[in-house]
Amino acid sequence: MDFSLDKKHEMARSLFKEFAEAEVKPLAQETDETETFPMETVKKMQKYGFMGIPVPKEYGGQGCDPLTYVMCVEELSKVCATTGVIVSAHTSLCVDPILTYGTEEQKQKYVVPLASGEKIGAFGLTEPGAGTDAQGCQTKAVLDGDEWVLNGSKCFITNGKVADVYIVIAVTSVTEDKRGRKKKNFSAFIVDKGAPGFSFGTKEKKMGIRGSSTYELIFEDCRIPKENLLGPEGKGFPIAMHTLDGGRIGIAAQALGIAEGALERAIAYTKERKQFGRSIAQQQNTQFKLADMAARVEAAQLLVYKAAMAKATQKVYSVEAAKAKLFAAETAMAVTTEVVQLFGGYGYIREYDVERMMRDAKITEIYEGTSEVQRMVISGALLK
Amino acid sequence: MNIVVCIKQVPDTKGGVKFNPDGTLDRAAMLAIMNPDDKAGLEAALRIKDETGAKVTVLTMGLPKADAVLREALAMGADDAILVTDRVLGGADTWATSTTIAGALRNLEYDLIITGRQAIDGDTAQVGPQIAEHLGLPVISYAEEIKIDGDSVIVKRQFEDRYHELKAKMPCLITALSELNEPRYMTPGGIFDAFDKEVTVWGRADLKDVDDSDLGLKGSPTKIAKASDKVAKGAGEKVNLDPTESVAYLMGKFKEKHII
Repeated sequence: MDFSLDKKHEMARSLFKEFAEAEVKPLAQETDETETFPMETVKKMQKYGFMGIPVPKEYGGQGCDPLTYVMCVEELSKVCATTGVIVSAHTSLCVDPILTYGTEEQKQKYVVPLASGEKIGAFGLTEPGAGTDAQGCQTKAVLDGDEWVLNGSKCFITNGKVADVYIVIAVTSVTEDKRGRKKKNFSAFIVDKGAPGFSFGTKEKKMGIRGSSTYELIFEDCRIPKENLLGPEGKGFPIAMHTLDGGRIGIAAQALGIAEGALERAIAYTKERKQFGRSIAQQQNTQFKLADMAARVEAAQLLVYKAAMAKATQKVYSVEAAKAKLFAAETAMAVTTEVVQLFGGYGYIREYDVERMMRDAKITEIYEGTSEVQRMVISGALLK
Repeated sequence: MNIVVCIKQVPDTKGGVKFNPDGTLDRAAMLAIMNPDDKAGLEAALRIKDETGAKVTVLTMGLPKADAVLREALAMGADDAILVTDRVLGGADTWATSTTIAGALRNLEYDLIITGRQAIDGDTAQVGPQIAEHLGLPVISYAEEIKIDGDSVIVKRQFEDRYHELKAKMPCLITALSELNEPRYMTPGGIFDAFDKEVTVWGRADLKDVDDSDLGLKGSPTKIAKASDKVAKGAGEKVNLDPTESVAYLMGKFKEKHII
């Protein structure tokens, strides 16, 4: 068993690192402060193929593997978690399901411009009354001639207003089981921005990842072509769950990046900061904390990379993805909290990146399945 | 159109500098990057490729690990890569290096050869012009702008207080400044492709029309007497005197140090 990266992946990492340091880091604070979507950065990422890393070349992608994609999200998130999630939501939640479940026509029409970055993607499952319990979804889709008519709303949608293509999960029928219990059957749809009856609600004001465009999507008799059904009718729930398995690996990479970024800053700061006549890095309390964080971060990295490798080689990788996300997210939260503590008063000041990182870390324990959901997935597999 | 870009793997100035006992650089022990002037030269070649469809070949002489800068160049968009490596070529100064590279270039078809102005390790700025001399080509150094005009190139050459605009018929050699452009990043897919490609490896036997006496450490007229890392300067001496006294004081110091 060899845990070292090959030269190809090492070079890819050096590319992402160089890009993140030069192009993303200088804007991270302003992106957070002004809550502005970093469109200029996204355009640069489009130019260099970052929006289609794990997509085959025949569909306009880079032809790389999930590990390369994960390293991209990781390196971006080390300096700016907003930029990390833009790539993650686009790639894992929109491009991936079309690539996995789409017809050849759908792939040509949607994956090609998405993978080249010409278009941005988003995914809508969550509703005001349905988060962890997706069965609570109210958004409905009814076939009317050659069109599906969507009614309802989706909330907390990443890349909400900037996206051009949306994967939307809606109820297409309700059936009763033998005991008379009603069960909603979902289907997945591809919705273009500008579809009649599709509009945006309010922009969410968030604690962290404040440059990410988080919006409510509203469907009022929204009409989309019949051929925009993604996968078989009634299979929307497994499609959404499988999509989220991939998404969780992306968010785990984002969380990993946040933790690594915070640890790097802590190492630099504690070597400089002097108290009682010596640097705080010379105090054993600091040394032990740094050691604990480094061990935890590396463990998170191994889980995240393992999940990425599982996505490349296995059909089902729910448990690997859940473990990676659970551990990386909780690592991000714990490490950033500890790093703010090491920074003392300066850690609480917005001028220092670690304050932002601590706010950014929190969402990784919540979106694309809370830590509690990840525990359900993991224990479910254990007790099967 | 065929463009050959000569690139060099140099120690990353952010890392530490280490020396061999003979005073030459211990390249194996240092972090390495593509020399910045060479990278600008490569970018210039790739821009010509974008416009005209030219074929871009990168060539380097170095240790086998110099393969990394060739892969980087391929990942940026170069078409072919050649590594010239051989034990007998080690320890080369600018003369032996340019002799080697010219010997390799004689195997290739080229309209334009681009090198960096100088490498950040040696800072001689000699290898580019020497290659041109070996091959009997016109050379335009210190290029800060390059334009292709039919079978000629028009180059803006940086000069101390002005620039020269020079036109030369191809084939010719240009040495590039890092100010020439902002080199592009690699792409992830480009990296994957770069590792699928074959890098051509040439040794001494593949060099055309060169004498053994002009190669490697033995063929290098430059002898390194001593090499050292940067030595920190002292704090200096501060004096507070009026202008007349200052002049007298300075003259005295200059005489003392045998400067005048």
